[in-house]
Amino acid sequence: MFTVLGWLGHVVLRWVRNTGHVVLFLLQALALAFAPPFRFRRILQEVFFIGFKSSTIILLTASFTGMVLGLQGYYTLRKFGSESALGSAVALSLIRELGPVLAALMVSGRAGSAITAEVGIMRITEQLDALDTMAVNPLQFVVMPKLLAGLISMPLLTAIFDVVGILGGYLVGVVLLGVSSGAYFSGMVQSVENVDIHGGLVKSVVFGLLIIWVACYKGYYTERGAEGVSKATTEAVVTSAVLVLAFDYLITSFFM
Amino acid sequence: MIKLINLVRTLDNQRVLNGVNLEIPTGKITVIIGKSGVGKSVLLKHIAGLIRPDSGSILIDGFDLTRASVREIQEFRKRLGVLFQGGALFDSLTVFENVAFPLREKTRLPEAEIQKRVRERLAQVNLPPEVENKYPDELSGGMKKRVALARALIQEPEILLFDEPVTGLDPPMTNTIFHLITKTHLETGYTGVVVSHDIPKVFEIADFVAMLHGGRIIASGTPEEIQRCPDPVVQSFLRGEVDFLEA
Repeated sequence: MFTVLGWLGHVVLRWVRNTGHVVLFLLQALALAFAPPFRFRRILQEVFFIGFKSSTIILLTASFTGMVLGLQGYYTLRKFGSESALGSAVALSLIRELGPVLAALMVSGRAGSAITAEVGIMRITEQLDALDTMAVNPLQFVVMPKLLAGLISMPLLTAIFDVVGILGGYLVGVVLLGVSSGAYFSGMVQSVENVDIHGGLVKSVVFGLLIIWVACYKGYYTERGAEGVSKATTEAVVTSAVLVLAFDYLITSFFM
Repeated sequence: MIKLINLVRTLDNQRVLNGVNLEIPTGKITVIIGKSGVGKSVLLKHIAGLIRPDSGSILIDGFDLTRASVREIQEFRKRLGVLFQGGALFDSLTVFENVAFPLREKTRLPEAEIQKRVRERLAQVNLPPEVENKYPDELSGGMKKRVALARALIQEPEILLFDEPVTGLDPPMTNTIFHLITKTHLETGYTGVVVSHDIPKVFEIADFVAMLHGGRIIASGTPEEIQRCPDPVVQSFLRGEVDFLEA
């Protein structure tokens, strides 16, 4: 009995310690955004890497997602004679759920994995230690610009995803399957409310922070050479994907 | 003077440093020798303030590094240069940008002055101007070490730490790096701490030698004193004898 309790206590204490470590990492890095030197150039470089360079994959996935939604939505709604509601269905699905979540998963796979590998290689090749010995805080120089860039880029990428997805749905629903263009857009205008857009925006900001936070943390504490970098990269992508889905549920339940 | 007092450090449940006591004289080159994996680099990282010991003190001209705040450590590091084992050059920056990095980060020097200083340092470590625009992955191992040395010297540090400066280099390049360490030391007078197991070459640059074994300094003195040291562990290491128990 005492052995089991002891083991349980050990597990809980370790979890609390690890969680504290991860949270402190984030808070320290974010606090350094308000301390000089202000690294605007580094932040812009990261926005280019995380945001602009992810735009192609976002455009591709968004257009196909919108097209599939248009196709599935059309044949489902036709059974009830409600094809005119296609615009609402596509827009609400994208703005509330699919836009933020799929954009986040794409950014996690493209930019998150690259960030973990980059920071991890900087760790194992002692580049982070070199920064430290030059009195340059690696959290401020390497991690903080990436976190801020994630916060800036993710809502923009999500907005692009939503718009392109809606156009993909339009292409299939209106151009190919013959739904009225007016019905497609007017249904959308009537059914999409501010709370839907706010919810999607909040999700994208939270997901952006989660993905880059996990990616940087895993890279920053990489150990044991190339194998360690590989392990850290896998863990970063898997952890951030799970967190995105878990937080998606939490935020959705808050806005419902 | 750098004084290490009873340093203890455990890593991965292994006592790496087990009461290290050592005095490193100012303005001299001190070489720390010992077998691979004995904790030499860990000791060097303690002096750089990258690792805090479990107990013990590191006094640098009376300033206790182990009890210093983050800000005090940052101030101390303005007096410090480190040459890392693999060079630790930033792979996204060119040679010029790597060497200029500490000046751009820590000073407000005009670009012309930065250019002048970078070129002086590159010339000091015998690197031609053509390498300025190359990236680290376009350089040989020896060139990387020389660029890293130029970067470590750019802020004219009072203390310069060398972590295995010749590991992985061929004998002529080993001689070149040791020659550069001696030359730059004579020119700038820094306090050098070199971690190496390149015996007997490393004795040529050393004013003072200390041997780390079993988590402690088991012998220290001038190179001549170390070579005459009667300790069988020291003699076995100097002769390069195979450790059959370990093998």
